[in-house]
Amino acid sequence: MIRTKLTLFLLILGFSSSVFGQAAYEIGSPVADFSLKSTENTMVSMENYEDAKGIILAFTCNTCPWAKLYESRLIELHNEFAPKGYPVIAINPNDPEVKPGDSFEAMQTRAADKGFPFAYVVDPNQEITRMYGATRTPELVILQRNAEGQLAVAYKGAIDDSPRDASAVNKPYVATAINALLKGEKVEVTTTKAIGCSIKWSPS
Amino acid sequence: MEKRLLILSLLACLWQLGSAQSVQQIDFKTFESHLTTKSDTTYLYNFWATWCKPCIKEIPYLQQAKADHQQEKFQVVYVSLDFPDQMKLVESFVARKGLAPVWLLDEPDANSWIDKVSPKWTGAIPASLLVNRAKDQYEFYEGSFTQESLNAWIEENGE
Repeated sequence: MIRTKLTLFLLILGFSSSVFGQAAYEIGSPVADFSLKSTENTMVSMENYEDAKGIILAFTCNTCPWAKLYESRLIELHNEFAPKGYPVIAINPNDPEVKPGDSFEAMQTRAADKGFPFAYVVDPNQEITRMYGATRTPELVILQRNAEGQLAVAYKGAIDDSPRDASAVNKPYVATAINALLKGEKVEVTTTKAIGCSIKWSPS
Repeated sequence: MEKRLLILSLLACLWQLGSAQSVQQIDFKTFESHLTTKSDTTYLYNFWATWCKPCIKEIPYLQQAKADHQQEKFQVVYVSLDFPDQMKLVESFVARKGLAPVWLLDEPDANSWIDKVSPKWTGAIPASLLVNRAKDQYEFYEGSFTQESLNAWIEENGE
């Protein structure tokens, strides 16, 4: 059953990416589910989070200094918002052939060392990363369950406005957006930009 | 003994002055004013950081382009996005590689200025900007260059 579902999902994925080419999700776009392997060796899908009001997707990695600066804040986001219905799923988009420090084993070590309370998954063919139009690490996407029960993009961008110093944050973009969603309000700032490491794409 | 200490500290001061000049720390306002100043020089602003491997990989290509265009009004400016508390590291890197001029852009809320450099920029580095105000030229590129693609980019947009 699970296998049929997965095959169907992969078929749809292949179909949609061939039909829509490189066009990435935009704010408001409903998103397709994925099935990605976590550092715990389990397959993680959004459907595993059926009770969640939304999901915080974090494109992040082991190696980027800016991503590392945000690791603790990612843990805090999960600890604060998972109980409120917005768990974090961290996705490593980098090709380990290009960036050996982002190998699956290195991810497992990192997740254990930092005690990640959230799933840390790998996007082996970088298909999911492309679908979200992610270009750098760290980059976050907030998904919100819409009236039809589908998860749709509500926010894309930076965690906050102060990468170097968590104590100097003036604009906690992600937290502000989720707090608005929790109150049933509109997210005011739906897209932000930040400096980050370019995603290490597979050369093929 | 005291005299020696004095000379030593003087030397240390001088050394600090010298190295402080090798990398200039600027805010976005200052950077923007450079972008908008009328000039017939073509500036290639390269956004990089010491921790960014693909950035470091393309530095020799940029240095080569600089050498190729030294007869023309062409300038490569290395805009570091390292944090100010890594200034020493940046300075020693820049000294080792012989890069100049180098600016360290200190403006934490990148969302407030990335679009002002170019709406095409997502924030990933390396990224480069080719500006010639006299020719009304303003070209942005996000991504890594090879020597060939860099030369082609300058050629296409520089004339």
